[in-house]
Amino acid sequence: MTQPALSITLRASRPGFDLDVDVTAPAGLTVLFGASGSGKTSVVDAVAGLTQDVSGRIAVGDQVLLDTTQGTYLPAHERRIGYVFQDARLFPHLTVRRNLDYARRVTRQPADAARFDHVVEMLGIGHLLDRRTPRLSGGEKQRVAIGRALLSRPQLILADEPLAALDDPRKEEILPYFERLRDEGEVPILYVTHSTSEVARLATTVVALENGRVIRQGSAIEVLGDPSFSPGDVRSVGAVIEARVATHHDDGLTELNAGSIPLFLPRIARDPGTSVRVRIAAQDVILSRGRPEGISALNCLPGVVQGVQEGAGPGAILSLDTAAGRVLARITKRSLAAMDLSVGTELYAIVKTVAVAPSDVGGPKG
Amino acid sequence: MSWLGPDEWQAVALSLKVAGWATALSLPVAIWVAHLLARKDFPGKQVVNGLVHLPLILPPVVTGYLLLLTFGGTAPLGAFLTKLGLPLAFRWTGAALAAAIMGFPLMVRAIRLSIEAVDPKLEAAAATLGASRWSVLTTVTLPLALPGIIAGAILGFAKAMGEFGATITFVSNIPGETRTVPSAIYSFLQVPGGENAALRLVVISIIIAMGALVASEVLARRVAKRMEDA
Repeated sequence: MTQPALSITLRASRPGFDLDVDVTAPAGLTVLFGASGSGKTSVVDAVAGLTQDVSGRIAVGDQVLLDTTQGTYLPAHERRIGYVFQDARLFPHLTVRRNLDYARRVTRQPADAARFDHVVEMLGIGHLLDRRTPRLSGGEKQRVAIGRALLSRPQLILADEPLAALDDPRKEEILPYFERLRDEGEVPILYVTHSTSEVARLATTVVALENGRVIRQGSAIEVLGDPSFSPGDVRSVGAVIEARVATHHDDGLTELNAGSIPLFLPRIARDPGTSVRVRIAAQDVILSRGRPEGISALNCLPGVVQGVQEGAGPGAILSLDTAAGRVLARITKRSLAAMDLSVGTELYAIVKTVAVAPSDVGGPKG
Repeated sequence: MSWLGPDEWQAVALSLKVAGWATALSLPVAIWVAHLLARKDFPGKQVVNGLVHLPLILPPVVTGYLLLLTFGGTAPLGAFLTKLGLPLAFRWTGAALAAAIMGFPLMVRAIRLSIEAVDPKLEAAAATLGASRWSVLTTVTLPLALPGIIAGAILGFAKAMGEFGATITFVSNIPGETRTVPSAIYSFLQVPGGENAALRLVVISIIIAMGALVASEVLARRVAKRMEDA
């Protein structure tokens, strides 16, 4: 077995809950997912070395950051971790350039102009370099914060709800950078969020936390496609499928190819041939026993029921295996009974094109 | 400065020398103590805090007498320092020490407040970027606390310029050696016809005090502007 990129075993006592997590993650982007107060920030702070009252073991690759049984405790400044905070935490007394350069200066590394320029260009912050940070917009601050973390030559990037303080357009501005970091694959990323759409777009691995414990751990497609996994709000349930951009049509639609099934979505600004992930919210899926005709929805995926999860309320979530992958559908128990659906039933999942928001579509798969 | 007599000029020059040394020597210690009180928890913290504030609360004469008991020529520590070539009692060096001690609580208070106002989250961010504790202090905490450090230094300097009770008790009122501006004013008021000289020194005192205050305002504003501006 190859060495995991990141392994965390932690125990700690926190107000309201006891932290007890065991996480093993491969390379790529690992999402710590859960409601506030589930222990996500406690975990990342322990990994960064910002909290000391924890016991357990943390290792990035073959470097042990913490091992309380061995008495190993690497202080924060020796961990080489690039931490992107929710509130950016740029230094207000320094220009953007000196913020970006900070890690190199305090660790007395020689200047690496090529790398600096590469990061600045990737994040599109060249025009901000001589500005002071307090007057930057939220999105600009977060891009500078990402750049500052990257330029510290980290062996692991931590991101604690880096988009939570931003409005939707700004989120769209920042998300692609994390997708790109994930796909470049140089550095593993541990990313905290409570947003299902961020999980769907970014996660290579999902670790779901609740009350300080890991309740689910696996790939994004696995975890989000599991009807028994309901992340807090049932409205945010939705599976992720992977597809390839086929063509852009003149009427503003983009045709995807999802395992031989054509999917029509509102225009996706990506070149034909690129892979994308599409999150299909369970509540946007209609089920039909027969192939529907005379219906406005453009997307119809034949599939077989794999699981039925009845909720406490009037709803139920069904998982279907289709040629495009696992799809979840949320329907009423009444429909479930009326249509006589059970495991093995063959039916059609119908997805309205316009139900898929741009934020549900993510860049190259992880 | 032809309108100042030689005695008066001597007192002003001596006061500036005493206050300058007092401020320069106590500022690093004040920063260290202020940081300790602002950021660390340790047993005896309240005792340290109390000791720092003692000169502010005690009658200055008491502080001066305690200094005389500790550093006087016959006291062990005083004798030792005299042997080292640094006699304090009845010397301008002693005046500088008295001034430093009297200004110390004011400095620590101003600097401590400004260090407490620095967001510890920024210090944590600096640590994750590889900054050691010392680097965090010198590159984040102190630069951000700079307005308070400037204010503390100016307050300390002003206090040192005006210090009278502890100084006159510890080092007396020797012209050219320990007769600072306040002692000189006091002396001029003791002799008939000294009022004019005393008044001139009063004017000088006001000018220096106002100058220091304006300088600190300008500096602090410049620092604040530097931090907020694009």
